[in-house]
Amino acid sequence: MLAIDVQDLRKTFKVQKNRGGLKGAFLDLLSREYTEVAAVKDISFQIPRGEICGYIGENGAGKSTTIKMLTGILVPTSGHLKVNGYVPYKEREQFVKGIGVVFGQRSQLWWDIGVIESFHLLRKVYQVPEHDFKARLDELVERLGLQDLLSRPVRKLSLGQRMRCELVAALLHNPSILFLDEPTIGLDIVVKTEIRQFLKSLNEQFGTTILLTTHDLQDIEALCSRVIMLDDGNIIYDGSLDELKNRWSRGREVHFQFGSNHSLTRLMELTQGLPVEWTPENDLAAKVWIPLEINVSDVLGRIVGSTDITDIKIVETNTDDIVRQIYQSGSANERIEQEKASERLLHV
Amino acid sequence: MNVSSMFSAYLDFIRIRFLTMLAYRVNYYSGIAIYTLNIGVYYFTWQAIYGGQGQLGGFTVAQMTTYVAVSWMARAFYFNNLDREIAADVRDGSIAIQFIRPYNYVVVKMMQGLGEGLFRFMLFMIPGMVIALLLFPIKLPTSGTSWAVFLVMLFLSFLINSQLNIITGLMAFFVENIDGMIRMKRAVVDLFSGLIIPISFLPLWLQSTMKVLPFQAITYLPSSVFTGRIQGTTTWNVLGIQLLWLVILLIPIVLLYRKARTRLFVQGG
Repeated sequence: MLAIDVQDLRKTFKVQKNRGGLKGAFLDLLSREYTEVAAVKDISFQIPRGEICGYIGENGAGKSTTIKMLTGILVPTSGHLKVNGYVPYKEREQFVKGIGVVFGQRSQLWWDIGVIESFHLLRKVYQVPEHDFKARLDELVERLGLQDLLSRPVRKLSLGQRMRCELVAALLHNPSILFLDEPTIGLDIVVKTEIRQFLKSLNEQFGTTILLTTHDLQDIEALCSRVIMLDDGNIIYDGSLDELKNRWSRGREVHFQFGSNHSLTRLMELTQGLPVEWTPENDLAAKVWIPLEINVSDVLGRIVGSTDITDIKIVETNTDDIVRQIYQSGSANERIEQEKASERLLHV
Repeated sequence: MNVSSMFSAYLDFIRIRFLTMLAYRVNYYSGIAIYTLNIGVYYFTWQAIYGGQGQLGGFTVAQMTTYVAVSWMARAFYFNNLDREIAADVRDGSIAIQFIRPYNYVVVKMMQGLGEGLFRFMLFMIPGMVIALLLFPIKLPTSGTSWAVFLVMLFLSFLINSQLNIITGLMAFFVENIDGMIRMKRAVVDLFSGLIIPISFLPLWLQSTMKVLPFQAITYLPSSVFTGRIQGTTTWNVLGIQLLWLVILLIPIVLLYRKARTRLFVQGG
């Protein structure tokens, strides 16, 4: 069964144009001009129950807008949308009882009252039976280590403490789908790791479907079996993280540590004929970039016998670099154009 | 069971707002002084205007003194900033959080308004009234019925004023900046509710306009009943007018709220 089913989903906003100068200001008073901006452009995807899916893209790519449509906050301009069996914006009050939402940049706890009071209020709002609530709260508090924080007012919590409380708040009513909008933003590495582990175990234990947006690709690597990448309102990639890496990484780097002084020209001679690039690091170290078409062993075979090597390290291009490449180069567009070209070929 | 549980959640919003206000109660001590000062200013102004005349606009000096004091103290109770709160939620985007919860945002706002009202009634209006009673020659009714009717009417004033605030606040979904509108609403309510000048002092054409507007149901009508200018069966008419406005004002709220949902555009990502 599908947790999320999205078809041709679109959201456009009217943005007011401000004409420049004094004359422009007067004209604006008399008649406003608007431009339509499409934040999400006819996207489609399906997420089965129990999946953890990462939703990534540059700032302004339309991630948050999508999440806000999926959670019933925004009404889509067009398209079909079914989450947890509901059309979110139509049956909002019933629908939101089955989902949990955490916005990394906004608090859903009440600022002035104690954490535990916020939880009790949420219990009533979500109509969770007292007994279930107690069991669930105890477990969440135990797992996230919140025992000492419960009586404090929310405004006195650190960001890391608050974020763990936000997670509890989003999970008290035992939702089957959890939406996380930048849940690890601004957190230190310890808290980040804790939250990732917690989410992973939540998914394994309860089969909670999780959709998260993030700019930290380590979140994705640690959690997601699947990634959807968004650019300018369009989905440019939907698949596994490994495939993304395979498809977009152009090569890997091998770092050499030598026992005695080496000469770069000698190394270049050894690898003559192979499209590799050498970069010297210091007298005793150098690195070589090897494109994917070439086997690492071919390069190593030529070097190892002829030089005095003390250490070798093979470095795969990391996800950050790959994603940066995609964002920057718009190579996603290349891919789409390639696909279009191949479609054309097929039709001919 | 579901209904009662939701009701208890709504009650909690009243309780929590009340406790929050209580935590900041010191801010309201100065409020009591300001309201007392306002009563004083209007008291002396009206004294000067009457200048020995027995009756003006259907009010005797004594009635006017009581009217001014009761009206200002009623305002101490029914006044709230629901319009500003809604506008702020829309402007800073925290409205998003309100829409992921299984409750009605407008009802929650109304409950918070009630929590604030409860606080204002107990820690602002009543002490203020006691101080005003000591300072000015105010004559309050002695019959229990008058008090009971007045309290019911005061509660209806509160509801109608809050409805107007909610309507103003919901406009934030449609226009970019509603500060001007909020200020205008406040001035209109203070003037046309009869707080600053009783409606009977206005020119006739304006008086008849006021009859078809909701503002007089906030101050003028209940205060007139309490000062004894409106008596007998006419009292029930006043109550009827208040109830009528309470129902009529629900219509724009429902329509605006529905339309607002499709207009929403969450600022700041």
